[in-house]
Amino acid sequence: MSEAYFRVESGALGPEENFLSLDDILMSHEKLPVRTETPMPRLGAFFLERSGGAETDHTIPQGSKLELPLWLAKGLFDHKRRILSVDLPKIYQQGWRTVFSADANVVDLHKLGPHFYGFGSQLLHFDSPENADISQSLLQTFIGRFRRIMDSSQNTYNEDTSALVARLDEMERGLFQTGQKGLNDFQCWEKGQASQITASNLVQNYKKRKFTDMED
Amino acid sequence: MFCEKAMELVRELHRAPEGQLPAFNEDGLRQVLEEMKALYEQNQSDVNEVKSGGQSDLIPTIKFRHCSLLRNRRCTVAYLYDRLLRIRALRWEYGSILPNALRFHMSAEEMEWFNHYKKSLATYMRSLGGDGGLDITQDMKPPKSLYIEKAECIKDCKGSAKTMGADLKDLSLDKEGII
Repeated sequence: MSEAYFRVESGALGPEENFLSLDDILMSHEKLPVRTETPMPRLGAFFLERSGGAETDHTIPQGSKLELPLWLAKGLFDHKRRILSVDLPKIYQQGWRTVFSADANVVDLHKLGPHFYGFGSQLLHFDSPENADISQSLLQTFIGRFRRIMDSSQNTYNEDTSALVARLDEMERGLFQTGQKGLNDFQCWEKGQASQITASNLVQNYKKRKFTDMED
Repeated sequence: MFCEKAMELVRELHRAPEGQLPAFNEDGLRQVLEEMKALYEQNQSDVNEVKSGGQSDLIPTIKFRHCSLLRNRRCTVAYLYDRLLRIRALRWEYGSILPNALRFHMSAEEMEWFNHYKKSLATYMRSLGGDGGLDITQDMKPPKSLYIEKAECIKDCKGSAKTMGADLKDLSLDKEGII
């Protein structure tokens, strides 16, 4: 990992995403179910099954149920719900919340939406009456899973970790990686490698690629 | 849906293992800018329609396109900014001469930025540490050993001094020692 490259971190767990964060851009690309509260002309090309044809000016009728990416839903939403109203995705509703509270560790958060915590936190912007329960659920789920992530990241050295991270969401994977880095640095120090001069990872990677360039 | 090409740019960078710089996607960027131009023109014409005919049900559509414009802008700016962060890292990890393979991955403007950054850094380094300047891109990790090689005593500090870690035995002028 390049040590001089400091990428813009995600802000999704806080009040607002970070504009320049690639992680947040990817997170806000995920979709959620919405309902249009007003007809939307000339956009029919995107939702062919829902919209009228040329006679209606390719309008998406009022009351259509669509799946829109988060960034679009955020942009079109207002508190009076003049353009659209937002429904909660299933995994943030009561049914799944109960599953999480039963045992948070068994759930495959990567499959359920790789940005479970980030997306869930940003969902709170839509003023659902269930917001308090959603935030509690996010918090308790994380508390339930955290211990295992921390333990496994600190006790897996030089092994294949793919089975351990398979069911973690993106934020948890970042946490796992940080733990691994700490462990690796510590082991390095214990072995006395810390004072040896080594080529930086970046330089090594470029040297490797040069070989394949020559083969092309 | 709009902004698909912009997302491709972002994904391309996100996929590159930490810190590596993929080739500058000039074609992708051009397509995003074209989409933005088309969105803007459609909105212009719809806004004029609303203003003249009072057809207010176009407003949600205009807002939809406007959100897409903002999204395209965000993706493009984040793409360019993240690349600059990677290019800056190259100066610190690779040095001031980059291998050709890397240079071909940069756009002309990025190369120019890199040269400006190199210059600013060099000017700053020259201003440190007296005559010769100080190359701060060397020795970026703190020292592992408790002692440094040589320290020359420039001022006569009669006798000895005691510090936290070590005793400074002899501080008479011009004596060299390990501290």
